[in-house]
Amino acid sequence: MPRLPAPPLPKVLQPKPPRPGDEENGNVLSPVEAGITVVDWLDERTSLSPGLRWLLWRKVPRGINWAYTLGSATLFAFLSQAVTGVFLAMYYRPDPAGGAYESMRYINDDVFLGKFVHGMHKWGASVMVILIFLHMGRVFLYGAYKYPRELTWIIGVTLLILTLMMGFTGYLLPFDQKAYWASVVGVNINSGGPFIGPFLSDFLRAGPEFGATTLSRFYAIHMLLIPGAIIALIGLHLYLVTKLGITAPPWIKVDNGSEPDLVQRTEA
Amino acid sequence: MNQAEKETYLREYSILKNEGKPFFPYAVAKDSIMAAIVIFVIMFLSLMFGAELGPKADPTTTTYVPRPDWYFFFLFEVLRVMKNVPVFTPMATIGVPTICMILLFLLPFYDRSPERRIERRPVALSAAIFTIAAMAYLTYSGANTGSPNSVDMKPPANLTAAQKQTFTAGALVVGQSGCLACHVIGSNGNNGPGPPLTKIGSKLPPAAIASTLVNPTAPMPSFKSLAQQTPQKFQNLVGFLSLLQ
Repeated sequence: MPRLPAPPLPKVLQPKPPRPGDEENGNVLSPVEAGITVVDWLDERTSLSPGLRWLLWRKVPRGINWAYTLGSATLFAFLSQAVTGVFLAMYYRPDPAGGAYESMRYINDDVFLGKFVHGMHKWGASVMVILIFLHMGRVFLYGAYKYPRELTWIIGVTLLILTLMMGFTGYLLPFDQKAYWASVVGVNINSGGPFIGPFLSDFLRAGPEFGATTLSRFYAIHMLLIPGAIIALIGLHLYLVTKLGITAPPWIKVDNGSEPDLVQRTEA
Repeated sequence: MNQAEKETYLREYSILKNEGKPFFPYAVAKDSIMAAIVIFVIMFLSLMFGAELGPKADPTTTTYVPRPDWYFFFLFEVLRVMKNVPVFTPMATIGVPTICMILLFLLPFYDRSPERRIERRPVALSAAIFTIAAMAYLTYSGANTGSPNSVDMKPPANLTAAQKQTFTAGALVVGQSGCLACHVIGSNGNNGPGPPLTKIGSKLPPAAIASTLVNPTAPMPSFKSLAQQTPQKFQNLVGFLSLLQ
């Protein structure tokens, strides 16, 4: 139905036009409008919004269950390790002549919440290892590593090995008896490996023997080298997960009546 | 998978995906709940078990028992079991894990069947069960392995109560003194450079054992100071060794 024009208001009810010289309230933006303006400004320069839409408003197949949260839970455990690790690094000194042990003692005994953060980092490592194995178990049992997700699987196995290497290099850092001797034995085991074993051990120890620079080498590997590799590979892993889509549970049946959405297909 | 199977999979997957819900907010909500559980578990573990420091690292000790973090116990156990067969030691510790790692990496390339339901993949299912069982068993036995510095041997049944007490106390002294670094006693210790002591009591009388402990052949250290400072411990040590028959 066509709308009739509203009847004209009596003159007293009509809003008065702003007088010249009055404060111009009309130009002040509401908070929502201000937000939109900022986002528009950013988007005009970065064109990020299609990417975000691609990441967040993609569809996940029906039948997804709680086992599918294990991957993001592993990612979250990694983020927790990163944050607690940064705080520990603010107090830690990689000095094998006693400074490392003393700085850990200082964190445990004197720093505000130091022992709590140290404990979170220590136990977070175990939680991350458990989660990454559970995530791998889910992927294995659901056959999710099969075509077209082979590369996602390979990157995932690399992430698993890097995570275990984080556990190994981090174990030395408190520099107590347990840490020291476990690392000595671990590196010795490594040197028995095929082809690259002896070279890898020399690289880890910074020489043929456990020496003064071994600890700072473990520290650099633990907080710079492996985390950098892990972050890069997580990025690649997530890109592939988003690009290829999350697998449907293998027992979910397709309705024969429905047709594939061809537009979606060509877009992905 | 051949080309037809690949296309069938992609077609069916795109139907299922199209019937699904958007990632945000549905999957994100579940992931956030899981993330909250994870951080609570980590904080709980930290509050419950903390992060105690052990004694300061001392590169000069020889009797300290190295122990890795629990998720390396399986490797540790393989090493311990294979230790007595030197030919297999590098094979067991690095060879087997390396092969397992390569098998894990290449999984999508040798498992090429299009079947995804685990109950229709008997080989994959049995491999998974075997792997989980083996890892669980190795982790469990790695965690429960006694220290290499202690004697697991039980006192023989025909001993009197007093002799049993000496046996237990002496076994403790043996562990503390680091004898097992060079001697085998039962299933514990290293075979050499010292002679095995499993049946030493049937070869030497107690007096000869005591004099050997005080005046040993190099490189064995003398236990003279133990005999002078804590004669009771020394007596237990001699008593234990002479009961090994």
